[in-house]
Amino acid sequence: MNIWIEQQRALIDFTLASLARRKARNLGLLAVYALLVFVLASVALFSHALRHEATRILADAPELILQRMVAGRHDLIPPGYLEKIGRIRGVQKMEGRLWGYYYDPVIKANYTFMVPTAGGVERGTIVIGTALERVRGLALETGISFRAYSGKLYSFVVADILPRDSELVSADLVLMHEDDFRAFFEFPAGHYTDIALSVANPQEVRNIAAKLAAALPDSRPILREEMLRTYASIFAWREGIILAILSGALLAFAILAWDKAAGLSAEEKREIGILKAIGWETGDVIRMKIWEGVLISLSAFLIGYVAAYLHVFRAGGVLFEPVLKGWAVLYPRFQLTPEIDGLAVATLFFFTVVPYTAAVLVPIWRAATTDPDAVMRS
Amino acid sequence: MNHRPARLVLPLLAVALAGFALSFVDAALLREHHAVRIDTSHALAKRLGLTDIALFTEARYTRHPSQADLHAPFQDHPLALEHFPTGSLIAPPRHEYLDRTTARAD
Repeated sequence: MNIWIEQQRALIDFTLASLARRKARNLGLLAVYALLVFVLASVALFSHALRHEATRILADAPELILQRMVAGRHDLIPPGYLEKIGRIRGVQKMEGRLWGYYYDPVIKANYTFMVPTAGGVERGTIVIGTALERVRGLALETGISFRAYSGKLYSFVVADILPRDSELVSADLVLMHEDDFRAFFEFPAGHYTDIALSVANPQEVRNIAAKLAAALPDSRPILREEMLRTYASIFAWREGIILAILSGALLAFAILAWDKAAGLSAEEKREIGILKAIGWETGDVIRMKIWEGVLISLSAFLIGYVAAYLHVFRAGGVLFEPVLKGWAVLYPRFQLTPEIDGLAVATLFFFTVVPYTAAVLVPIWRAATTDPDAVMRS
Repeated sequence: MNHRPARLVLPLLAVALAGFALSFVDAALLREHHAVRIDTSHALAKRLGLTDIALFTEARYTRHPSQADLHAPFQDHPLALEHFPTGSLIAPPRHEYLDRTTARAD
């Protein structure tokens, strides 16, 4: 066993010395390789953690949301809908929800105005999300005015600020009293934005949704599982920008790695010829090259993965922020909870270490099995 | 050059391996640390009946992708092109297609 370990150490020594002879080229390859693993691992870690977080946070979202559609667009729920829904068996609870968007020209940001169904916000006051507090420089008991779409100016006092820990769901929220909301948006009495429903038997949600669609043909039911599925598909591999960036990078790297691994330089060929001439066996040459492949690809994987972990979970995914932010002014500050998908890490490991090591072997096998004299002369 | 470069490189590789293993330990510790934060967000989402996360606030259909129209980017007018960057990050919502019966043929 000791002899075997010593032999491998000697091979590693020789491999490293051989790699050091082409230091710039191999270090460059390692850097590009590690960078690619970093990007792939960052996307995988970030998207998996975000999907997991969204699914956990929205686990108790309304079981069913009913929207009304007019000419293919979301419209207000008129009076009478709640009564009609009440007649459908299996509907346990229903609440008309009031919410809408407000564009603030001061900071050029979109807010989500909402009336909590359970109440709790006094007239003339608002409860705001932390991103809004930060961007508009608000504090408790300070006043703020919004110009309504009617042109009238409404003033509110900040009564409370939503917990900082909930920023991922509440960054742009402005909670207000129902009367304020209706006056601000000139919302007709008895109308709602949509209806949230809960169903007595969770197994029956789809049936209830079908019944609702039949009883109210202009309505569109949205199931909780659809909401969760929306986030399950967020940043999936096939999504536009990620696919565009990664496919280009992957192809470029594949060409680079293939060129490096599969094509032997004249110097490398001569080296193999000399090794064979001084008595190395074909097996030794192949083992040395396996070590070369493993050392480069394993180092690249470990460096790239650890850097990606630190980037996503310790540095808040700063490099993704400009991409995720898009044109938005309000962006939540959040630290993702590390949920690591073992299968994704194993897949990344497999696809970064194995193909490179295998690609190194093919030309070596060819060179190592031919006559040393022919190899040196070629 | 050191005669035994493995003496330098193998410990470095061991450090990287340890970093890899430590990332899982760190993840477990952070999960525990973040549990309160997730519970707070979950409780708020439940209390207010929130349907979406506030990650993309740039347009209404990116703020609430699960509530958006079926062809959200094209809702402004029939030939409107998607002009918000977020549109290239998230796919259109995958909605349920419920069977609807109509009184007469469509």
